[in-house]
Amino acid sequence: MTVTERDLPQTRQQARETLIEVRGLRIAYGDVVAVDGVDLTISAGEILGLAGESGCGKTTIANGIMQVLRPPARITAGSILFRGSDLVTLSDEELRRHRWRNVSMVFQSAMNSLNPVMRVGDQFVDMMRAHEKISSKAALARAGELLDIVGIDKRRTRAYAHELSGGMRQRVIIAMALALNPELVIMDEPTTALDVVVQREILQQIQDLQAELRFAVLFITHDLSLLFEIADRIAIMYAGEIVEEGPAARLRDRARHPYTLGLIRSFPPLSGPIERMAGIPGAPPDLGSPPAGCRFHPRCPYCLPEPSTLRTLQTTVRPTLRDVDPQHRVACHLVESSE
Amino acid sequence: MTSSISAPLEVRGLTKHFAAGNALVGRRSRLHAVDDVSFALRPGTITALVGESGSGKSTVARMLARLYAPTSGSLLFEGHDVTGARRRREVLRYRSQVQMIFQDPFGSLNPVKTIRHHLVRPLKIHGLVPRGQIDTRIRELLTTVGLSPPERYTAKYPHELSGGQRQRVAIARALAVEPSVLVADEPTSMLDVSIRVGILNLMLDLKERERLAFLYVTHDLASARYVADNMLVMYAGQIVEQGPAESVLRSPLHPYTQLLLDSVPDPGAGSHDRIEVRKGVASAAVDPPAGCRFAERCPLRIDLCTQRTPELVLAREGQSARCHVTAPSPAIREEINVQPTHHVVSR
Repeated sequence: MTVTERDLPQTRQQARETLIEVRGLRIAYGDVVAVDGVDLTISAGEILGLAGESGCGKTTIANGIMQVLRPPARITAGSILFRGSDLVTLSDEELRRHRWRNVSMVFQSAMNSLNPVMRVGDQFVDMMRAHEKISSKAALARAGELLDIVGIDKRRTRAYAHELSGGMRQRVIIAMALALNPELVIMDEPTTALDVVVQREILQQIQDLQAELRFAVLFITHDLSLLFEIADRIAIMYAGEIVEEGPAARLRDRARHPYTLGLIRSFPPLSGPIERMAGIPGAPPDLGSPPAGCRFHPRCPYCLPEPSTLRTLQTTVRPTLRDVDPQHRVACHLVESSE
Repeated sequence: MTSSISAPLEVRGLTKHFAAGNALVGRRSRLHAVDDVSFALRPGTITALVGESGSGKSTVARMLARLYAPTSGSLLFEGHDVTGARRRREVLRYRSQVQMIFQDPFGSLNPVKTIRHHLVRPLKIHGLVPRGQIDTRIRELLTTVGLSPPERYTAKYPHELSGGQRQRVAIARALAVEPSVLVADEPTSMLDVSIRVGILNLMLDLKERERLAFLYVTHDLASARYVADNMLVMYAGQIVEQGPAESVLRSPLHPYTQLLLDSVPDPGAGSHDRIEVRKGVASAAVDPPAGCRFAERCPLRIDLCTQRTPELVLAREGQSARCHVTAPSPAIREEINVQPTHHVVSR
């Protein structure tokens, strides 16, 4: 692997402009609060990884940033700023211009989202003409260029979805997400449905494109080992909250939250000694009635059953994210802010 | 692999072809989903069958479960050929001794029946336990798969359990009939990451405690390494490499195994040079021509690779591969007059 941005001195990363700033975001589906008080920033040109298990709220955050939440999902508190302007207050027309142009999204199992009875090129044309004043001919030419960028023959604009392999369809979707030169591309489990070899090719492609075009990526996945490879920073979500956040290398080597540690220990290694792993006991909570105090406490190996001051804290007080290092934040009663 | 009476289940030259192509215009093609696959499953061992989607691994699992009849080859159960077994007693015995666990613990349990119901049925059908002891046995089974105290689960419905718990119920149901062989087809791929390890650990426990012979079908090399003693790597319907799991992963012989290894994100490994391979798919071949099925993508290809189909050749202790370059047969070696070279980088 080549040297990437994350290896550069941290001052350089701090100097980047903030693209997205999520503040105190709360998104509810009726009575179920799927995202509960999330703060998150994405800087221009960085790859932010968002990891967590199914149902923890990762996709809901993505839908919030893209502004494609549908009822019953509702933003009940907080703001999502894109270059300083709050998306929550935008009109429908302004939002229409925001989507795809500022932020685009590669959805989960996106490769099945191509229209089966329409040529791939025409789908590009439709999308581009919905957002830009561009002739069909010019749009089709641009579609060809975009396919070329993701390593697919230009002539495939005439292909139908079923004529392409899963990996190629995923590339088409990525090309489409890049069509209007967005500053942020949200990728929600973009490689989960693909085989490892194809996954490797797509990841390589995303990294190459990102290095060349300098867009920011919000990369959502349950696969932490994958994020350690491609992300600059990683945020870990559990039960609607961000429990830990920091530079990828720091989280890989010096994660502090028991949930993050548990996740890391849930992936058997491909090299080195094989030790019996413990995983994480129990199952994620029902977000309709999350546990009081720290939401992870029922599964936490450091939350002991005997009464103690710590246990009282763990079971009654919600921990907030605290800096343990200028760029590393953890929400856990065990972790003191003064490190 | 050597045949031995100690293997409860053995397959020899297992082959499954499907009709493909357009029969209307008279072109009859055959899809070689599985070609000449042989292995033995031994008590107290886990054998991993790894490969990408379409490589034929699930077809192998389905033939073992007798859901598909093989085109050719044989299925030996405790040394007897059961490939064409039709008699009810014989089939029932095979079905009880060779149990399947499927990928989807949501689809394999009946949503309107309690957990108890799922476990009572196999016990009654196979008549293994006297009626009076059924509930004791159910408690035992649930405890075995880590659902304790069992009383908490018997009256529940599948939707009241988490994915991991449901998969445990599916395993308990498979164990109810006291099988000697368990075939698990991607049993963890639909579960949350934090839950997966629990199921893998359960497989390890069952292997040790019950001396079960496992076939673990998966695309996940890391989990295969974690549980498996032996490993079979499939590509386009053929086994291209087999041997002790650790040797196969530490020093793969076949370039495809190397490619698979290189593709897995492994933060522990640090950076290393990846193998340069042309794009392609691992899917079953339609009317494959002679030659190695990986040749088109292979960086080590020599002329012979597209002319003659390589055999599985034992190249190192217990480790075989289907490759003219890294594991040439004695005849091939003589013909091309070179010594075997291990081009593939060891890790």
